[in-house]
Amino acid sequence: MCSFGQIGKVIERFGWPRLIIAFFLVALFASAPLVNVRIDTSLSDVLVRVGMNGILVLAMVPMIQSGCGLNFGLPLGIIAGLVGAVTSMNFSLQGFVGFFAAILIAIPIAAILGYFYGWLLNLTKGDEMMIATYVGFSSVAFMCMMWLLLPYHNPLMLWGFGGSGLRTTISLQAFWLQILDKFLSFHIGNYFFFPTGSLVFFAVVCFVMWAFFRTTTGTAMMAAGSNPQFARANGVDVDRMRMLSVVMSTILGAIGMIVYEQSYGFIQLYMGPFYMAFPAVAAVLLGGASVNKATITNVVLGTLLFQGILTMTPSVINSLLKTDMSEVIRIVVSNGMILYALTRKEQVKKR
Amino acid sequence: MSDSNIVLQVCGLCKDFYGNTVLEDINFELKRGEIIGLVGENGAGKSTLMNILFGMPIIRNTGGYGGKIIIEGEEVHFFNPVDAINNGIGMVHQEFFLIPNFTATENILLNREITRYNPLVEVFGDRFQLLDRPAMRRRAEEAIRALGVDINPDTLVSEMPVSYKQFTEIAREIDRTQMKILILDEPTAVLTESEAETLLETLKRLSAKGIGIIFISHRLQEILDICNRIIVLRDGRLIKDIPTSEADVRSIASWMVGREVEESSKDVRKKPKLTEGEVILSVRNLQVDMPGEKVKNVSFDVFKGEIFGIGGLAGQGKLGIPNGIMGLFPSRGTVLLNDKQIKLNDPLSSLQSGLSFISEDRRGVGLLLDESIALNIVFTAMQVQKQFVKKFLGGFIKWRDEEEIYRYARDYIKRLDIRCIGPDQKVIELSGGNQQKVCVARVLTTSPNILFASEPTRGIDIGAKQLVLNVLKEFNENCGTTIIVTSSELLELRSICHRVAIVNEGEIADILPANAPLEDFGLLMLGNVGNRGGSN
Repeated sequence: MCSFGQIGKVIERFGWPRLIIAFFLVALFASAPLVNVRIDTSLSDVLVRVGMNGILVLAMVPMIQSGCGLNFGLPLGIIAGLVGAVTSMNFSLQGFVGFFAAILIAIPIAAILGYFYGWLLNLTKGDEMMIATYVGFSSVAFMCMMWLLLPYHNPLMLWGFGGSGLRTTISLQAFWLQILDKFLSFHIGNYFFFPTGSLVFFAVVCFVMWAFFRTTTGTAMMAAGSNPQFARANGVDVDRMRMLSVVMSTILGAIGMIVYEQSYGFIQLYMGPFYMAFPAVAAVLLGGASVNKATITNVVLGTLLFQGILTMTPSVINSLLKTDMSEVIRIVVSNGMILYALTRKEQVKKR
Repeated sequence: MSDSNIVLQVCGLCKDFYGNTVLEDINFELKRGEIIGLVGENGAGKSTLMNILFGMPIIRNTGGYGGKIIIEGEEVHFFNPVDAINNGIGMVHQEFFLIPNFTATENILLNREITRYNPLVEVFGDRFQLLDRPAMRRRAEEAIRALGVDINPDTLVSEMPVSYKQFTEIAREIDRTQMKILILDEPTAVLTESEAETLLETLKRLSAKGIGIIFISHRLQEILDICNRIIVLRDGRLIKDIPTSEADVRSIASWMVGREVEESSKDVRKKPKLTEGEVILSVRNLQVDMPGEKVKNVSFDVFKGEIFGIGGLAGQGKLGIPNGIMGLFPSRGTVLLNDKQIKLNDPLSSLQSGLSFISEDRRGVGLLLDESIALNIVFTAMQVQKQFVKKFLGGFIKWRDEEEIYRYARDYIKRLDIRCIGPDQKVIELSGGNQQKVCVARVLTTSPNILFASEPTRGIDIGAKQLVLNVLKEFNENCGTTIIVTSSELLELRSICHRVAIVNEGEIADILPANAPLEDFGLLMLGNVGNRGGSN
């Protein structure tokens, strides 16, 4: 009885949903050899994807903490990242120079976009998440026009025929393909690849965020989200904190996108960023965050579990069913996960 | 088997929340037709005990309880309030559990409606029966009449005065025919004296019918008037279980707090002096737009080192004064601190000039409920005065100094006797009195020039009340801090303040020394400024 109570407490802390997903993930790994899916390849895939998506998930944290809810407007940050990336490529910058130039160009753009985004969210307190969703959607649509009109001229990125307007998919082959993934990376055996650079970069950004929330400003931001009235009565400028958090989230989205691209190998413009907020939202919720509280642990755990499932389900289940269902399964799994995560959000709200 | 006269038996009941024991080995029994008075400080475990008896889900969600509940010789386990109702337990809650847009009748007979047959029932089942409104109305009228009050059964609950809501709620419970046990959680708190009397009469009548009643109240006189037995809880333990004839108000009060109630709180402040001191705060023509507590035009001076009281009836604007000066509500006028003007409508500048505020809205404004005790205590000092900060890179990065914060918090937990597991416990898990101690600690940490305490003792138990008042008084005497206390309790103001201002209709009626006759204060509160002047 007593020991059961203690186990119960541990489960309570870790959370049933995470436990179930973790068990499911372990089960997938365990059954992988039975269907000739290599565990080491799979593990390696999971790690690459964590490095690829981690910062995008981290971009949820500042806005959640300041009480702006989940950052469904992540596409705005992603667009800043895309502009940074194509601009850097337009000048044919390669290697680390190109990569960091992309980030340096993206940050001010993200800051400006984030400022207006934050201003909008401060006008619509209480409906942030709905407004954010439409900010994301409409900014993607707006950029569909801009990608055609902006004066980029590097022929590697333009439409083959007319010679003007950017292509939908641009390869990074000639620029900074997997520049972080391959940095200090190593192989174990033929199949296991460890993307050191990406993971270290993710860890560094996580540390910066963790450190930020230990500062007085970070504490004030957290208070603004936890109880805005308390924050105001204690001299915190709640609107400013919310604004700052939105700018931070947007900048993180931009950096996250550039990291994502280098690993993915392609830049996808036009409708590419349209749905990119949803996996990140799902991951952070899966990691145990609620609508107004998120920690770095939630981010790391959530990304690991979410990407783990997303990697393993198609490969293992595909082999089990012996047909090519990978795309269908991928959609079902990732959207099912979002649905699950969003209903979980409702529960948190009710409590 | 057991005595057939016993309707409810509680054996060895235990309960803890998050490892914090709130009930420990509670044993008592309730006989048919008996009224038990249950008393105890806030946080003594009364509400938890009631929640267990009524099968509230919160108990199950936090790990259930230990011990046995036996109703008429049979052990029962309630999974939800419906189980409890089916076993004959009725409960009148402290907060109203009524549907505002339903009439009294509909509320009283909710889910027990009298229905009529119609053919659709054959197809869709009993849920499709029609309501027999005239019969329902008759039954509701009967229940209301049994209470001895005059409520129109067709009135919407949302349009009723509070006392009628209370009666409607009681009517709903007594309408249940199978009810054997009725639990009332502070039913008289919102009633006027005559209404309370009616209610007490009703309870006596119900008990004569054989219903066992558990009656919770902070008004000890009522308990003495109607109860057969009194049970005193303190810190989750059953301290006394005695017949009423062997108790009186004084002895109950001392059992509740576990110490003799300090007489000083009843006394008037001994030295209402300091009138010729130096003026530290000067308020001129202050107007504050605080909903429900509007301040129209207020001017007063506060002397250095005094405790200044602001009293008056609710809704007259006394709460608007501190909230306005602290910049929390739109305000206009002049506020001078040591002859320097304070920028209004800007909480940060008020805080920076050394004003500090204990809010009357503890859970809404006063605390970060989801955060630790430690963070709550140091938050203001950290944000406004940059205390508890570790600097890196020449002050560019300012980190919270966790070690220092925790050491400081532990110290205050000991000094103010905050009952908790440790400094990192979340504030939401504390009882009201302990939460208020956290608020006091937070304000003291900023070592303010002027401390505003707005309803500092609202909703906390006698022990915590005394402690909070003592801390304020001590702080005033030892550090010379000027304190402005706003309170609805005149006796409390008179016990700790040097001077008391009475606010009426958004203006200060007059400022009197604390030892002025009580009836003068009373007259001012009722707005009889002219009359008092005339009688002098």
